[in-house]
Amino acid sequence: MTNETPLWEVFIRPRNGLAHRHCGSLHAADAEMALQAARDVYTRRGEGTSIWVVPSAEITASDPKDKDALFEPTADKIYRHPTFYDIPDDVGHM
Amino acid sequence: MYSQGLIGAQTSTEEDEAFLARFQERIDAEEKIEPTDDMPEGYRRTLIRQIGQHAHSEIVGMLPEGNWITRAPTLRRKAALLAKVQDEGGHGLYLYSAAETLGVTREQMSEELLAGKAKYSSIFNYPTLTWADIGAIGWLVDGAAIMNQIPLCRCSYGPYARAMIRVCKEESFHQRQGYEIMMTLARGTDAQKEMAQDALDRWWWPSLMMFGPHDGDSVHGDQSAKWKIKRFTNDELRQKFVNATVPQAEFIGLKVPDPECRWNEEKQGYDIGPIDWDEFWRVVKGNGPMNRERLEARRKAHEEGAWVREAANAYAAKRKARKQAAKIAAE
Ligand SMILES: [Fe+2]
Ligand SMILES: [Fe+2]
Repeated sequence: MTNETPLWEVFIRPRNGLAHRHCGSLHAADAEMALQAARDVYTRRGEGTSIWVVPSAEITASDPKDKDALFEPTADKIYRHPTFYDIPDDVGHM
Repeated sequence: MYSQGLIGAQTSTEEDEAFLARFQERIDAEEKIEPTDDMPEGYRRTLIRQIGQHAHSEIVGMLPEGNWITRAPTLRRKAALLAKVQDEGGHGLYLYSAAETLGVTREQMSEELLAGKAKYSSIFNYPTLTWADIGAIGWLVDGAAIMNQIPLCRCSYGPYARAMIRVCKEESFHQRQGYEIMMTLARGTDAQKEMAQDALDRWWWPSLMMFGPHDGDSVHGDQSAKWKIKRFTNDELRQKFVNATVPQAEFIGLKVPDPECRWNEEKQGYDIGPIDWDEFWRVVKGNGPMNRERLEARRKAHEEGAWVREAANAYAAKRKARKQAAKIAAE
């Protein structure tokens, strides 16, 4: 490890009721400073009501090389969608 | 998610014809390229250079305006200028983190800037001599930056495009506060109007140079356009800027310092006189009026802030160690 200051990913909840959303990253020595920096860097105009910071090194991401194996199988399961089923119009909205 | 781990593992792509064609197909389909995707080394390098320069420009750009914060004429102007300069710092940070997703570290980037190896926008190597310069910068320099940045919101590289969307949302206030300063001066006393005109005279040409060399002389243009990093050419963007700005000057009774500037009905745009490219290259190569002072100011800030970074890291390490000790003791 060099003297590099750790990297954090920042997630912000835009308004009550919505999920936290990834908005970028920043460097900070610890979680407390990461929160303060996130407030200054990402919420200068009332963008958020809540902030999460996560050490970037703690995130496990799917490998893009596995994309097909992970996501392709859903493509042929059209019976998971409501439009797959034939319901007569007379039944009304369902 | 910008998981740094995968990026290092990824850098050696087999760049045969098929690979490059597949990549180009994704670009042509307007798919966004994300940090962990395969990409040609040239694409990665181009972006690291461009985003890095862009970030440095935001950071160095704080200096000419910071020069006037303590001397702003009213509290309203001072609050606005402080907020603007803080935004520019924020823009630098969004951009540095976008560049970091490509596998370069913040430390490497700032080292390059401080060593004088990295470029930043030549406009910030001009001095801010009067209060009117703060108006001219917001109006012209941020105005030119907006022209450049709006198409970058659709750049093919996801993190850069997303950073640009945030930046563009914030830029509009910068330009408006600058124009308001110019308008106030232009409608003030004779001396104030003169000050406004003098600032326009000094900032006009350097602002036009911000768009870079003419299309025929620009080295990076073609490939960047093909990869959809750049969506308009330098000359196209410069023309848009001139068309938007000349009437704004007229509206407040100021005149752009170009005797050849006139409306061309046929092309529905303004013709302008020749740009002094010798001056441009002189400034880019480090010999503008303020190049040395700007870098010195950055170096000084970096050195004088070193103890803060060290103390913060040391404190974090100490607390972590204490926490671990307490945990072991509890088990
Ligand atoms: Fe900016
Ligand atoms: Fe700005």
